[in-house]
Amino acid sequence: MTSRSAPDPGVGAAVADAHRREWAFVLAATARVARDIDLAEECVQDAYLAALDAWSRQGVPRNPGAWLTTTARRRALDRLRRDRTLRAKLPLLIEPDAQAGPADPPDAAAPADPGDDVIPDDRLRLVFTCCHPALAREAQVALTLRLLCGLTTAEIAQAFLVSEPTMAARVTRAKKKISAARIPYRVPGAAELPDRLDAVLTVVHLLYTTGHTAPAGADLVRADLVDRALGLARLLRELMPDEREAAGLLALLLLTDARRAARAAPDGRLLLLEEQDRSLWDPAAIAEGTGLVADVLRGPGPAGRFALQAAIAAVHAQAPSYPQTDWPRLLRLYDALLGAWPTPVVALNRAVVLAMTDGPAAALAEIERLERDGRLAGYRYLPAARADLLRRLGRRDDAARAYRSALELTDNDAERAFLTRRIAEVSSQT
Amino acid sequence: MSEYLILIYEQESGYAGGGQEAWEAAGKAHAVFQGQVGEKGGTLLGGNALQPTATATSIRDDVVTDGPFTETKEALGGYYLVEARDLDHALEIAKLCPAPYGGVEVRPIMDVSGAMG
Repeated sequence: MTSRSAPDPGVGAAVADAHRREWAFVLAATARVARDIDLAEECVQDAYLAALDAWSRQGVPRNPGAWLTTTARRRALDRLRRDRTLRAKLPLLIEPDAQAGPADPPDAAAPADPGDDVIPDDRLRLVFTCCHPALAREAQVALTLRLLCGLTTAEIAQAFLVSEPTMAARVTRAKKKISAARIPYRVPGAAELPDRLDAVLTVVHLLYTTGHTAPAGADLVRADLVDRALGLARLLRELMPDEREAAGLLALLLLTDARRAARAAPDGRLLLLEEQDRSLWDPAAIAEGTGLVADVLRGPGPAGRFALQAAIAAVHAQAPSYPQTDWPRLLRLYDALLGAWPTPVVALNRAVVLAMTDGPAAALAEIERLERDGRLAGYRYLPAARADLLRRLGRRDDAARAYRSALELTDNDAERAFLTRRIAEVSSQT
Repeated sequence: MSEYLILIYEQESGYAGGGQEAWEAAGKAHAVFQGQVGEKGGTLLGGNALQPTATATSIRDDVVTDGPFTETKEALGGYYLVEARDLDHALEIAKLCPAPYGGVEVRPIMDVSGAMG
């Protein structure tokens, strides 16, 4: 290779940018033609490689996504024409449009130049295929990162702290099931949509929390998960403007992420909401998040669990200080959330708010009820919450014991440091 | 269209304990289901109820033993072979399949026509 053919760094940046922005669109549109996820992925990867060379010679096209899609689809069609037997073996990703008829794939006689078509936005189909309930949650998560975000298997493995072969096997198994069981490439109908959408939103939320709970600055790939999750939430909001829960998830992530810079002290120590410097919160993210919450709560009908969690985050975001938080409003929102999503974790968080409205003794009674319930056994935030209430009630020995129980249940360094500090505090006071 | 096997796993004690009434109820429910497959746009290609696992005989390495291949709380008690558009369609059909003392498993039939040539 001569120096002439070395890619222009500006072109490299343009390709990288198109990878981040357009991967899902290009892959989704190519999958429709390829009718096979592996083939579609290969063709899309080829198209990105070809872009490095072509854009160096011809300049970056005005619409990089369309250029990449056309190139990838053309490659897929070439491959299918070349290997008709391969196509015969690929029943998957059938054209779901009922009018098209199931017998012959409409794309079999695809136009010579797919660039002449208006390329349909198939990203929603891809989302719902990746998050199909017939796939295990961990497979849904891996496929979403791989197919919608274009992350490599190595990157996904690193983010979820498993070995690369383990993650590769997980992805392969999931793709095999999509193909063998014929998981359709389709946005579910109205009757199934609420449940199926909830699964999609849960996956994106899980991506966010996985990145969010990682020690601050410790791992760039995990911090990247936060941005990926925000990007996906934005995409879902854009593609499903009428789904209030999609807006709710975006608002929840924006409002939670607005506190990112304030979550840890300079030494990496995790800070509680009441200890955080609120001037570090991101006002633009808060404004956008609270705006979405206001829209979503307007109805019609009761709000879903993501919208209500966002509304709760909005109350915190709008409080000038921790003591000035609108606790009665928070309690009402938690009551609604407990109705929409009756889980013991929600009940635990509600008890923490109850401590602010009705005092620590009332909250302690709730916590003890949850302990008897047993479903939260082994959940570290239960003894931690109990310890905090006992500390506020002046029952220092009991508090220290509860903090120690919480300490035994966590291996997160920042949380361990916090609990150890609390134990020292309640033990030293006299 | 693809073929799927709907495997019905149930606690045999459910029918043993329910007596004649349980059998009659199951018979009626399955007759209804068999009609529903077509109404849902699928095709019923076959299906049978099996005698209980007490009648099963297993063979492993030429050794014949009394009993099912694996002892499970919920045993395979019957199956349907259906044709459906895709997994979502098959699951929609399988959700209607009666299994009051357990549940069903949906398995795609492997297409070996290409490999046989």
